[in-house]
Amino acid sequence: MSDFDELYQEIILDHYRRPRGAARLDEVPEGEIHENPTCGDSLKLKVEFGPDGRIARVLHESRGCAISVASASMLTGAVAGLVPAEALSLAGEVEAALRGEGDDPRGFLEGNGELAALAGVAAFPARVKCASLAWRALESALAPPPGTDRGS
Amino acid sequence: MSAPIPRGAPETPSRPDDRPPLDPAVLRGEFPLLAANPDFAYLDSAATTQKPGAVLDALDRFYRESNANVHRGLYPLAEKATAAYEGARGEVARFLGALAREVVWTRGTTESINLVAQSWGRASLGPGDAVLLTGMEHHAGLVPWQILAAERGFELRFLPFDARGELELERLEALFEDGRVRLVGVVHGSNVLGTINPVERIAAFAHERGALVLVDAAQTVPHRRVDVRSLGADFLAFSGHKAYGPTGIGVLWAREALLETMPPWQGGGDMILSVRLEKSTWNELPYKFEAGTPDIAGAVGLAAALRWLDSLGRDRIAEAERSLTAYAVGRLAAVEGLRLLGEPDERGPLAAFDLEGVHPHDVAQFLGKEGLAVRSGHHCAQPVHRELGLAASARASFAVHTTRDEIDRLAEALVRCRRYFS
Repeated sequence: MSDFDELYQEIILDHYRRPRGAARLDEVPEGEIHENPTCGDSLKLKVEFGPDGRIARVLHESRGCAISVASASMLTGAVAGLVPAEALSLAGEVEAALRGEGDDPRGFLEGNGELAALAGVAAFPARVKCASLAWRALESALAPPPGTDRGS
Repeated sequence: MSAPIPRGAPETPSRPDDRPPLDPAVLRGEFPLLAANPDFAYLDSAATTQKPGAVLDALDRFYRESNANVHRGLYPLAEKATAAYEGARGEVARFLGALAREVVWTRGTTESINLVAQSWGRASLGPGDAVLLTGMEHHAGLVPWQILAAERGFELRFLPFDARGELELERLEALFEDGRVRLVGVVHGSNVLGTINPVERIAAFAHERGALVLVDAAQTVPHRRVDVRSLGADFLAFSGHKAYGPTGIGVLWAREALLETMPPWQGGGDMILSVRLEKSTWNELPYKFEAGTPDIAGAVGLAAALRWLDSLGRDRIAEAERSLTAYAVGRLAAVEGLRLLGEPDERGPLAAFDLEGVHPHDVAQFLGKEGLAVRSGHHCAQPVHRELGLAASARASFAVHTTRDEIDRLAEALVRCRRYFS
């Protein structure tokens, strides 16, 4: 498989064409839109919790490339059912793996279900930001920087 | 002490160039990178151009045969380096129809505009003043003024563009009505819409109302005749690396009388006449604006690039690229689902587009795999994209070596690309 075919494998294209968790999120304020500075892509993200404090559902409104939309779509499946601390930890590990950091970044992604499809991103440094956008948005939704009033 | 400044000769009257049209396939052979990769189509010259052998040779020769610091040593090698460096300044001056003492070396267009803002702007603008920019400026034409406006308290105004990508000149009257506009910053060739703006008309209008005109000529100097006097510019900026020259070198041209009144913006060696511990006096033009050891080889390389452009003939280049661009616009417009950004009356050699259902990043990645290099993103012109309702676009841009065959390959790959992602 060429680098290109690994980047755009069928599962990525499927998530791009039919993104899970996609929604209109007009209620998310402008200040919480995440942008990719290299291309102006934007992503809004909203986390809904169950009565047990676990993540029940993640919704996102993505305007971006196949890689960023697919990554957001996969995120919704990967974090459902996690407590916030687990989701934050996963986000940190995914971002590090996308940057090719850690002992075995490819092995980490391949051991995480559909996220395996993101393993091809590391071969394209310019696309790491695309794949990371949703995960960064999740981090700031779960752990807002000090002083941020989320109005919840 | 400074070497004598060669004065730029007045522009040679342009005679019709009766040589045969340029052949891009032949010119391709003058670019070592392209010659070594016959199947690679480089369609990103608006970002930076590939370098012809003549420029690479000039850089190499300078370091091998003439390298020394300039304006300092008195030994023959230092004189040789200074002569090469100042000779390059003279060639830039001739190329622009200017005087050598009006040519200030910078790192590129961005630094040139920052120089105008930080030197002329800081000394001249304050509350009650306005700077008029256009809605199609590159970030380099916007941000330096935003920074200074926040500090000095003047107003920024914008001349919008219409659906075709033409500036709405009929709005100028109202924008100037209160007499506050002191400077107009205008991009000569838009790097997204392709529009060649009528700088002459805007300059005449501004001058009648006492405002100065700064022209960002980064996208036009490599492609057509740019003469500072006939444009009516007061300041003009361009980059070496977009004009077949090296990166890291660029030019600010300004009218001599203006440069005389402007304070230095960076302090250091070479820009001073005498230095006491507490106070210094400034060197003559243009050295007042050139602190520290400059990019000597870069200047020599840029001059080689301009010589190379002149050897091809600037009118022949403009004609060849006009015909190639018209062909490209026709081929691209025929791709189903493709929308060109802007349809200006006069278009520089580039075409930005939106391919329905495919993000520009994915377009560029797909084309890259096919050996076609295009740019994707906002091209440092986010406000232009916002105005068009887009976050980003893909852009193909052309140069003297671009062939119709490459345009055909691009159009065909775009059809496959849309099928792949839908």
